[in-house]
Amino acid sequence: MLLRCFGSALSRIVIACLAILPGATQADDSNALTEQEQRWIEEFESARVEGIAKAKQSTVMVFVPGGGGGGSGVLISPEGYALTNFHVSSPAGTYMRCGLADGKVYDAVVVGIDPVGDLALIQLLGRNDFSTAKFVPSRRVQVGDWCFAIGNPFLLATNLQPTVTAGIISGVRRYQYPSGTLLEYGNCFQTDASINPGNSGGPLYDNQGDLIGVIGRASFEKRGRVNVGVGYAISGDQAQNFLGCLFSGRIVDHATLGATVGTDEDGSVRVTNILSSSDAYRRGLRYGDEIIEIDGQVIQTANDVQNLLATFPASWRIPITYRQEGQSIETLVRLASVHRGSELLQKMKSALPPPPPAPPKPIGPDSERGDTPNPQNKQTPDSDREEPSDTKEDARKEVMRDAAGDPIPDETAKRIEIREGYANYFYNRLKQDGFINRLRNKFPGQDAGQSSWKLSGQTIPVTADQTASKFELLLSNDGYELIIGDESERLTRGDELLRVVDEQRDAGILACLHALQRMLNLGPDKFGETYYWGTMPLAGERPLRDVTVAVHADLEHRFLQHPETGRLEVIEAVAGTDTDPAELWFESKEDQLPHRLQLRYGLTTVLSLEITDWQMQSNENSADNSDEGA
Amino acid sequence: MVFLLIALQCHVTAHAQPSMARPSDQVQPKMVKIYGAGGLSGLEAYQSGFLVSPAGHIATAWSYVLDVDPVVILHDGRRFESTIVGFEPSLELAVLKVEADGLPFFTFSDQEDLNWGDPVLAVSNLFGIATGNETASVMQGRVAARTNLDARRGTFQTPYRGEVLLLDLVANNPGAAGGALVDPNGAILGMLGKELRDRKTGVWLNYAIPASVLKKPIGDIIAGRKTTLPDESDPLLAREKSHSPDSLGIGLIPDVLENTPAYIDFIQTGSSASKVDLRPDDLIVLINGRRVAHQRALRDQLRRIDRRDSVTLIVQRGNEILERVVRP
Repeated sequence: MLLRCFGSALSRIVIACLAILPGATQADDSNALTEQEQRWIEEFESARVEGIAKAKQSTVMVFVPGGGGGGSGVLISPEGYALTNFHVSSPAGTYMRCGLADGKVYDAVVVGIDPVGDLALIQLLGRNDFSTAKFVPSRRVQVGDWCFAIGNPFLLATNLQPTVTAGIISGVRRYQYPSGTLLEYGNCFQTDASINPGNSGGPLYDNQGDLIGVIGRASFEKRGRVNVGVGYAISGDQAQNFLGCLFSGRIVDHATLGATVGTDEDGSVRVTNILSSSDAYRRGLRYGDEIIEIDGQVIQTANDVQNLLATFPASWRIPITYRQEGQSIETLVRLASVHRGSELLQKMKSALPPPPPAPPKPIGPDSERGDTPNPQNKQTPDSDREEPSDTKEDARKEVMRDAAGDPIPDETAKRIEIREGYANYFYNRLKQDGFINRLRNKFPGQDAGQSSWKLSGQTIPVTADQTASKFELLLSNDGYELIIGDESERLTRGDELLRVVDEQRDAGILACLHALQRMLNLGPDKFGETYYWGTMPLAGERPLRDVTVAVHADLEHRFLQHPETGRLEVIEAVAGTDTDPAELWFESKEDQLPHRLQLRYGLTTVLSLEITDWQMQSNENSADNSDEGA
Repeated sequence: MVFLLIALQCHVTAHAQPSMARPSDQVQPKMVKIYGAGGLSGLEAYQSGFLVSPAGHIATAWSYVLDVDPVVILHDGRRFESTIVGFEPSLELAVLKVEADGLPFFTFSDQEDLNWGDPVLAVSNLFGIATGNETASVMQGRVAARTNLDARRGTFQTPYRGEVLLLDLVANNPGAAGGALVDPNGAILGMLGKELRDRKTGVWLNYAIPASVLKKPIGDIIAGRKTTLPDESDPLLAREKSHSPDSLGIGLIPDVLENTPAYIDFIQTGSSASKVDLRPDDLIVLINGRRVAHQRALRDQLRRIDRRDSVTLIVQRGNEILERVVRP
């Protein structure tokens, strides 16, 4: 009875809210609102008006030079970083023009792209105080919640005033099959707010003007390219999962479990096939096991599994719970990539529309262009955006042109660096600089020349039959040595480091420490192939850690740094995809060298060391840089 | 009352907006997804329906999807084979039944106070995008008009010309037919119609048949007052004692398919059929209130009727539904 009262009171308010709008029937006296209800409605309407006013400021209208299309976007940082769709940014190559509701047009460059999830990160240039939208947890959004879309439908916003359309969330956790070759929308929102071509990449806001998703595609069947009340938005949660990777300037891939699932007759979700080389298999998952939970979300159907996995970048390590012979097992699984090697690049190229035909234009004298150039000047097609850039800056300036064939302004061109496998390598270099600065900051005195390390202390038993004993770790140009009690292991070559990791031995610690030492000494430029990877959870836990990958002697090393403190937390040494990497976990107190090291393979700790003395000696200068551990 | 106020307060702080989440949540368990015939040449093999009895009766739109016994999926993902227990050709309404009980269902109220401008929610299985236990799609809009339907499918005018609720939302997407139109309280207002165009302008129509129009036929079908299932309980009579197409003076088109529709090919001059103005090309839809799915079903039903009794036929002629009582 009470529930019914509540229901009718609520519906009265909902109806009354709607009735404020013109065209509604008048409520008769018996349905008159109480003062409190009236106040609430006024607050709701004010919130909506304020929400729209606020949200308009962060909406971006994207125009591809040369008339190759366009769409919408949403600003997420004061420095001008904005999210849009891959399919919106791709016809532009790396450079586009973006308008804001303030009436100004800004130059923008592509930062990173996620072709499978249809996301692209771009940066608007010229200011560092852009208005931004705020992400709210999109998991909380329910079917029936009010929402609105702001953007550039039919590219109508040539006066730089975006269009606002309102509706409700029609469905959540929708899965949209890959359209064409690549795009896959997992766990996305469905809305009846009017979504049309040109809304793509734009924001879906909640009633308060906070960001819940990035609009992606719509159903246009039977009525041509006009709205039929069914639009989809990539969830804000998914966009945030990929944000770190997009900041890397990379072309990002999505994740797969390495197993297929089906819904059983009893409604349970069971493994129907599993790759024996997958990490899930190494964590014990087998044919017939029941999947119960992925990343804290309960799995009810086989669709749920695909839906959730589609929201993670490849290589993430996430918690999974499964049931095997009546027993629940919680574990961590490293997800594999959906695409292999250069497969993604190939598929991506074939997914791109052909560039509009345009004769190459002669390079005119650079006009003085500020932050508000006229978009009308720039309406012709593509030229040489696929051409790799010359590393010499002057040469690069000469060939850098936009999709219309016009030269890109110098200041903007400085932020574009084309490299195979990257959307824009410029941003990766920025992140690498940040990485090495933070790392050297935590290990002072290691950036000049070669050096030798000597770590000593006590082992901490990790199994019942072990006893504590003294240890020494020596790393120098001559070789790398691990001495525990009376036993010692000495390695001198890179392939020996690879072997001990592959065989999952204690000496794997030498591979990780050697990589650290080498990175501190040589920096990312000389280490070997080094790139900022993006962000991922640390053993399934958030906040997401900054990850930098460095490859040397066939061993791939991943450096995981805490996003706020910059502290190095883990180095993973990966010998191959079919074995567990060596993980070296660092424990340290603020501004001190690590005082504890733990070596793990999979979920097993094989070595734990308490460091009492960490000596670092430069080869040229043998001064003692030792720092006491705890 | 105190509880009510607290609940209201909680709602205000939790959502700070009068979300439609609650009504759409309430409605979901009463919605079903229907899968049947189609799947070729742009004919979707799915549509929507909603529960109208705790015993598993489902109201939906009469369409080609129901040409086979359709599969019904409940909101929780449970899957049932269904039988068609009845239909009302003039409304293009069908009622299915699944073998289940204790199901949540819509009740039709006696009074209807609905007008243009009133807010509505359309709940349906549009585009087949939610195939398992996912929620049905919910769209919001308003009643744009109450008027009589004047629509066509292709070049043919549709049989139903009665009152409909025209909606300002795109409610006639593929698969939406048979969905529920509800108010913001979750009460049933009508059934979403099929994809039709306005007869004169060709504009796609978004409409629902009002609950007040549906209430009686649905009630009659559930109560068995209007059953249209072929009744096999009546005994088969000897050929010379029962009716047959010949005895009525009806010639049917050649029976070349497994399910050849019961189209009249010719009428014998001076026969009973000619006296009631049955004509070639009429499609026999019902016989004595029971469904005629194909010619075999027609012959079978005629074999169960004494040749001295009169036979009531419902036929579709062009876009009209006509009743003819053929007296021997």
